[in-house]
Amino acid sequence: MHKRSNEPFLWLLFSAGGVVSAMLLPIHLLLFALAFPLGWLDAPGYERLLAILRHPVTRLYLFVLCSLPLFHWAHRFRFTLYDGLQIKHLNELINIFCYGGAVVGTAVAAYLLWSIP
Amino acid sequence: MINPTEYLPKAYHARVSTYWWLSRWAYLKFILREGSAVFVAWGVIVTMLQIHALKGGPADYAEFQNWLRNPIVLAVNVVTLLFVIFHAITWFNLAPKAMAIRLRGKRLPNLAVAGPNYVAWAVISAAVAWILLRG
Repeated sequence: MHKRSNEPFLWLLFSAGGVVSAMLLPIHLLLFALAFPLGWLDAPGYERLLAILRHPVTRLYLFVLCSLPLFHWAHRFRFTLYDGLQIKHLNELINIFCYGGAVVGTAVAAYLLWSIP
Repeated sequence: MINPTEYLPKAYHARVSTYWWLSRWAYLKFILREGSAVFVAWGVIVTMLQIHALKGGPADYAEFQNWLRNPIVLAVNVVTLLFVIFHAITWFNLAPKAMAIRLRGKRLPNLAVAGPNYVAWAVISAAVAWILLRG
């Protein structure tokens, strides 16, 4: 019997992560990593941000924002090492590092968001 | 005696330089596009650190905000933002190539497929900014 490939499923995660990263990460980084630290815009206060973070919709949103882009990273990083640096003999190790990293990151994100007081 | 043709052509692989992607702009752009994923991952890590700091209390969050003002962190984050924008643009422009939509036998122009992505990008970004900046 031919072994069934995981590749379509991983590609789906890669693709979904690509969309999420493209749509959401630029505005998050622009505001939190640039505009607020440099004082271009007034940053929302701690209490307000915590209130937003506590909302169930925000938690779900942030879970998607953290998880899917990590699978996007895993897929691209894997093939960049594979094609770019041609380290094909380390294939299994690379797969474990990439997809394992995405799974661990997803678990950490789930824990962080679940355990908000 | 070993038959030399026995190992050919299956065993023959042209040796490609490890730095093949430096030889042409199109190849370099490909590697930069793929490399953008590293910055995507960094963006996620920063977001997770932020959630962690918010949970830790006002003092932790103030410390996180100070960390973001560190010149090295700022520089890394500027590069990250540029790469993430590069990812977004290349991703949206890829959409018409991934989805060749035909309408009455004619292929939809690239702009008709990529355009809605840009509109969605603008609307979503504005919505996120509005939620964070109002009041």
